[in-house]
Amino acid sequence: MTSIIELYVFVLAAFVGYQVITRVPPLLHTPLMSATNAISAISLVGSLVLAGANRDNISNWLGFVAVTAATINVVGGFLITDRMLKMFRRDVKPPPGAVEKAGQGGGAAR
Amino acid sequence: MSVRELVIQAIYLASSVLFILGLKSLSHPDKARLGMQQAALGMVLAIVGTLFHHEIVRFDLIAVALILGTVIGYPLGMFVPMTAMPQRIAISHMFGALAATLVGIAEYQGHGGPVPRSTMAALGFEVLFGALTVTGSFMAFGKLQEFITGKPVTYRGQNTVNITLFGVAVLMFVFLVARPESTVVFFAMIGLALLLGVFMVLPIGGADMPVVVSLLNSYAGLASAATGFAIQNNVLIICGALDGASGFLLSVLMSKAMNRSFGNVLFGAFGSVSPALAAGPDSKDLTVRSVSAEDAAIQMAYAGQVIVVPGYGMAVAQAQHVVRELADLLEKKGVTVKYAIHPVAGRMPGHMNVLLAEANVPYDRLYDMEDINPEFERADVALVIGANDVVNPAARSDPQSPIYGMPILDVDKSKGVIVLKRSMNPGFAGIENHLFYARNTSMLFGDAKSSLTRLVTEVKAL
Repeated sequence: MTSIIELYVFVLAAFVGYQVITRVPPLLHTPLMSATNAISAISLVGSLVLAGANRDNISNWLGFVAVTAATINVVGGFLITDRMLKMFRRDVKPPPGAVEKAGQGGGAAR
Repeated sequence: MSVRELVIQAIYLASSVLFILGLKSLSHPDKARLGMQQAALGMVLAIVGTLFHHEIVRFDLIAVALILGTVIGYPLGMFVPMTAMPQRIAISHMFGALAATLVGIAEYQGHGGPVPRSTMAALGFEVLFGALTVTGSFMAFGKLQEFITGKPVTYRGQNTVNITLFGVAVLMFVFLVARPESTVVFFAMIGLALLLGVFMVLPIGGADMPVVVSLLNSYAGLASAATGFAIQNNVLIICGALDGASGFLLSVLMSKAMNRSFGNVLFGAFGSVSPALAAGPDSKDLTVRSVSAEDAAIQMAYAGQVIVVPGYGMAVAQAQHVVRELADLLEKKGVTVKYAIHPVAGRMPGHMNVLLAEANVPYDRLYDMEDINPEFERADVALVIGANDVVNPAARSDPQSPIYGMPILDVDKSKGVIVLKRSMNPGFAGIENHLFYARNTSMLFGDAKSSLTRLVTEVKAL
């Protein structure tokens, strides 16, 4: 029964994801990839339990490597997403000349 | 449910909400940064909450691994140049999938007794997609970093081999669900999945990378979601589903932008356009007009509107900063400068946008294909920088062309076209581009960056 509820969660989350992500403009597709990558590093949650449960030697080491790999994605992923998003800026002042040329330019979006 | 368990679940719920809000904030560049910082907070919450999990009895390994991961992750986040972003993203899919696969193996091993079938299905899915993504992403990383050839590696019967391997892996998966105790089959399936990842990316050329990178993004997410099923953790399922949906959506968008069916993408049978087909119509009696930097500069400086069309060539030459410099000069002379971004220009979704944003081009000057295409008719000059297939009019007019039907930027409709190109060698797919022979096209040969630098000098001198 629990696995049915989990299936509900999965399907609904996939729908939410689809709806939310459809609205991300192509402009931000690269930050989107790094962001989803950082977020899916939530698998760290599973790895942490594994590394700390002290079941046996193999599990300990598998957990250790898994925590390391997932942490790389958490730290690196959020940092690089932030670094990219920081670069996307609006034009502060309209470029000189844009105003008188707006007629032929078809109106530059601003 | 104990109080402790309840608190942890509440934290997970809060994290899930923060993650979804974070992704939602990406629908607008002004709000995105704050939203993603909130998502990062959600991640910290989830990590701290997990540390209170009742099964965790030792913290030494966790502490060392967290520190090690941070030490490796920090430079990957802070110092990787924007031009290296495609391979950076590709390798991060490998780390994510690796974590999922290892957790899957440990869960299988340490279950203490036979694994229930439903758990086995989740575990099987997890290690199958996880392992495939580990090697697949590493191959993609290698191709993008260029220590593995960026050209498609093909041989006869390749698709048959790949589909057979995939079929065998699926059979093993089904067998495991029926008989979870077959350890040998479990590890054989992982081995096969690792092999499959290599074989899947081998035939894919550099220009097809946007689809592959998005697809691997999706697989890594699905592996994470399967982990959630296996260890019955909802936040993992939610995040895996978000990542899976995002990667899926991006790969659909990318394959549409390349006019490839999604089935074609799923089976990795792309990038295998036969060279005979790609040769295209004979171009011997066509003439190419070469232009000097001086003339090109004059043409642009006295234009009303210039549309810059960047492609992978701009990324290779790292010419984005010079492009911006040239645009600034032109704008000072009263020229309107816009940028036309094709969805698959470059090596990953949004590649050109990130590079131009890095060079301080305001994002409201970057236009998507649908928005900019009607503008070309009104443009005096379209400046094509290292783009080829995405501006090839054959996609519109020549049913014989392998890229026929692919949506392109209508560069040829502008009054004048200036193409910056190294030489007349055809592009990645080896497809002849008739844009280069068109009456309104002039070619400025040379490395994109040095050509642009010459243009800057000439425009300054005017």
